[in-house]
Amino acid sequence: MSLALIVALPFLGALLPGLMIRSGRNVAAMVTGTVTASALLGLAMHAPAVLWGEVITTRISWLPMLGLDVSFYLDGLGLLFAGLILGIGLLIILYARFYLSNKDPMGVFYSYLLLFQGAMVGIVLSNNILLLLIFWELTSLSSFLLIGYWKHLPEGRQGARMALTVTGLGGLAMIAGMLILGQIAGSYELSVIVTQAAAIQASPLYLPALLLILLGCFTKSAQFPFHFWLPHAMAAPTPVSAYLHSATMVKAGLFLMARLWPALSGTPEWFYLVATTGLVTMVLGALIALFKDDLKALLAFSTVSHLGLITMLLGLGTEAAARVAVFHIINHATFKAALFMTAGIVDHEAHTRDIKRLGGLRTLMPVTFVIATVASLSMAGIPPLNGFLSKEMMLEEAAHTVWAGMPWLFALVATAGALLSVAYSFRYIVHVFLGPVRPDYPQKPHDPGFGMWAAPAFLTLLVVLIGLFPMPMTAWLVDAAASAVTTVRQHVHIAHWHGFTPALFLSVAAVAGGAAVLAGHARWAVVWNTARRPEAKRIFEALVEGAAQVASRLTDRLHDGALSRYLAIFAASATGFGVWAWSGGSSLRMPVHLTAIGPVDLAAWASVVVATLAILAFHLVLVSVVGLMVSVTFIYLSAPDLALTQISVEVVTAVLLLLALNFLPKETPRESGRARRLRDAIVAGAAGLGVGLLIYALMTSTFLFDTISGYHLSQSKPQGGGTNVVNVILVDFRGYDTYGEIIVLGIAALVIYALTETLLNGPANRKLLAWKPDQKRAGDRHPMMLVVATRMLLPIALMVGVFIFLRGHNQPGGGFIAGLVVAIALVMQYMASGFAWTQARQKVDYHGLIGAGVLAAGLTGVGAWFNGRPFLTSDFGHFKLPFLEEFELATAMAFDTGVFLTVIGAVMLALASLSIIARRAGETVNTEPFDVDPSAGETEEAQ
Amino acid sequence: MEILLASAVGLLTAAGTYLILRLRTFPVIVGLSLLSYAVNVFIFASGRLTIGHPPIITKGAIEYTDPLPQALVLTAIVISFGMTAVIVMMSLGAFLESGTDRIDTDEPETPEGDAP
Repeated sequence: MSLALIVALPFLGALLPGLMIRSGRNVAAMVTGTVTASALLGLAMHAPAVLWGEVITTRISWLPMLGLDVSFYLDGLGLLFAGLILGIGLLIILYARFYLSNKDPMGVFYSYLLLFQGAMVGIVLSNNILLLLIFWELTSLSSFLLIGYWKHLPEGRQGARMALTVTGLGGLAMIAGMLILGQIAGSYELSVIVTQAAAIQASPLYLPALLLILLGCFTKSAQFPFHFWLPHAMAAPTPVSAYLHSATMVKAGLFLMARLWPALSGTPEWFYLVATTGLVTMVLGALIALFKDDLKALLAFSTVSHLGLITMLLGLGTEAAARVAVFHIINHATFKAALFMTAGIVDHEAHTRDIKRLGGLRTLMPVTFVIATVASLSMAGIPPLNGFLSKEMMLEEAAHTVWAGMPWLFALVATAGALLSVAYSFRYIVHVFLGPVRPDYPQKPHDPGFGMWAAPAFLTLLVVLIGLFPMPMTAWLVDAAASAVTTVRQHVHIAHWHGFTPALFLSVAAVAGGAAVLAGHARWAVVWNTARRPEAKRIFEALVEGAAQVASRLTDRLHDGALSRYLAIFAASATGFGVWAWSGGSSLRMPVHLTAIGPVDLAAWASVVVATLAILAFHLVLVSVVGLMVSVTFIYLSAPDLALTQISVEVVTAVLLLLALNFLPKETPRESGRARRLRDAIVAGAAGLGVGLLIYALMTSTFLFDTISGYHLSQSKPQGGGTNVVNVILVDFRGYDTYGEIIVLGIAALVIYALTETLLNGPANRKLLAWKPDQKRAGDRHPMMLVVATRMLLPIALMVGVFIFLRGHNQPGGGFIAGLVVAIALVMQYMASGFAWTQARQKVDYHGLIGAGVLAAGLTGVGAWFNGRPFLTSDFGHFKLPFLEEFELATAMAFDTGVFLTVIGAVMLALASLSIIARRAGETVNTEPFDVDPSAGETEEAQ
Repeated sequence: MEILLASAVGLLTAAGTYLILRLRTFPVIVGLSLLSYAVNVFIFASGRLTIGHPPIITKGAIEYTDPLPQALVLTAIVISFGMTAVIVMMSLGAFLESGTDRIDTDEPETPEGDAP
């Protein structure tokens, strides 16, 4: 089975339980189990080759330019972890089937579980670290869903949030670390990175990368000082705790440290950071666990402690320690998952997990008692169980370790951790199962059905078997995984008896001391409970609260809803960044030959300046003066198309403003005070100065690189079939842009129409109906001279429009300009003869015109597909008709027709919408051609 | 010529920016138009200034002006008309609905800001 399929199976399967739950809980559980079992089977088929030392790879190209590929590989370490995830997953699915009550939605639970499983398998099989990061974040997200599964419990929601915050923050740090690592190693493939140890460790960025990556690993694996989220995540249903918080997710951090071990370990930084953190976590976790009265909290802190132990072993950086770490990962997964499940059973049967209310369960729940006792003894490290084997080996490693020049300190602290571990493990047995039977359990407990204890029993069987026969049971797996961690072929030797080694004495001391500590537990507990300790949850909440306050204060300050303020901030910061960028860069300016200043230029310039100043001073409608000067500038500076467009747009804009200004207040009172105006003037002045200097600098230097304009000029005729390069760019080279732009134009017109309709159906309607014009109306609204002239002009104007359209491909013109000219011709009729008269005579719907235009342009583009070319590829040919000269037809012409129609439709719809408002406000409507009937007047005179 | 064009663009930008910072709709509309001119001319001028060499392929002509900024600006002119129309319609609608043409209405009302 392809590795990608093994990863994908749980994700695909996640859909099934939600669907199959309608057929019953057993079916849903079976389906979920089948999905996991299939993935496990696929993994098992690769196992022989991997154990032989092969590495299985799968690669699918995704974004090769970014170095991001879907690339997986399976070696010994991946096999170990994927096996744990899928194997224990299978047991959890069985256990959860019987654990969840009838009220819990089981389909959702299994779906979340499979999502999580897929993400975990993805992490351990990823070869690409970017891909790994994606799966890493997915585990944070899916575990959030699982921890918060009981949505009605506030602790569940809080625990889920805390877990997501802490692991999510760590994940962010890790993204940065991984990117740095990838940069140093020159590749994002793990298989390459692990070979670059020398380059990575010599890099000045080694320490930052290490710190950031460790931050991710430590948060995920609940290492001190980030250990606090794990106990709060215990609000999750017990199957989740057993799965995520003992066997899989919290081991993701360990996995990554093991994975990157060849690249990062072996330096003093690695040793002091990782080994020390691990050691502190180990002792602190064990100490807190000893005094927890909640069964799951006790197990949670013991997990923290054991994760610390494994971290510490990885931190030592020796091959022997790495072997022990791998071995302990296996052992811990077996006994801790079993213990969590027994805690769940006790909770399920006795309806409490409070150790103070338990005790004496030995006779009531004999099966659970046996399972829990064997698993606890293994956790305590009692021979011959598997926990003993790895703890003995750990102490052996610790005894050899010199920390900061002190040969005994490390071993001593590690032994203290082991001692406390013995104490809380014994406590789990003694305080829960031994002692007299109590009369006051919340519910009288008894052993659950086989379905519920089958999974922990199987794991405990493994505990015993590995303990008794470590070499045949696990040596092959430890060898394969440790070889993958160290990249050197490893051969582990696991035995019960090593002779009278220091480790043996330390181990004996730990067991004896642990038993002694437990004997005095009641006294110690009093001391512990009266001592002042920092409460992690309170600190965390205070931090989150503080961050939220800072964020909301910042947001309130920046987003106070004042538009003018946003614009001022935007203008000021854009100018600031511009200045900063300009002063930071080096400019290679090649001066060019400047164009001379003529008297006409000066006159145009002066008009713009005077008009702008007049607008500022008196708020006069002198915008069109500026527009006309801009048109003149365009035509002077070799841009005839732009001049034509600008001048026709000026006309429609003037009409638009006249229609709208009729309704807006005629006076614009001065709103802002002197200080405000001064501030705005400074901001605006700086912006203007910046823009002016920038364009001056641009215009007075040559291009550093060849522009693509040369291509457009040379290929306009051969490829586009037109000599007007601007038009060919619009309808051919950059046709896709133009297509988008006419769509935007159409949308803008429709927005105006929709706004009008909303206005006319809202409260504004009454206001409009009661509208009193505040200025005197013209007596003759439709002067005869204007009416006659515009009607005479209409056919000519339309002809000009068509002419401009037709010649557009080769001479200045084209769809945009032609559309504007035709729109002006039509608007003239509205203005001269009145809205109703014109409307009655025009049969075309403007909405339809916009739609037809966009459709025509789109269909022209699609036509290229039939030619086997990409969208909007144009074609042209020369044709001959009788009586006419040879002429050229290009598909770009059809596209330009679309532009033409859309422009007419959009402009007309916008203006018509505004004039509807005017009519509603009491404009009298005439359907006759003139207000005054000239013929009637004549007859009157004649009479 | 360059200095004239640059100073005109700078002036239009400054005037446009100042006007869009006002608190009534009319100056903002006018300011936006001025800014549109400034931006369009800016983009156009980034192709450098050329006199008498329009980008129409003709026999014998060797030099042409840069056609690409012109194509960009041509659509920009039409789109800015569409945007001006939308803004005008929005301010008209806001005025008719709320009875005031003030921009940031959550600031304290001044007496002359009342509806006519």
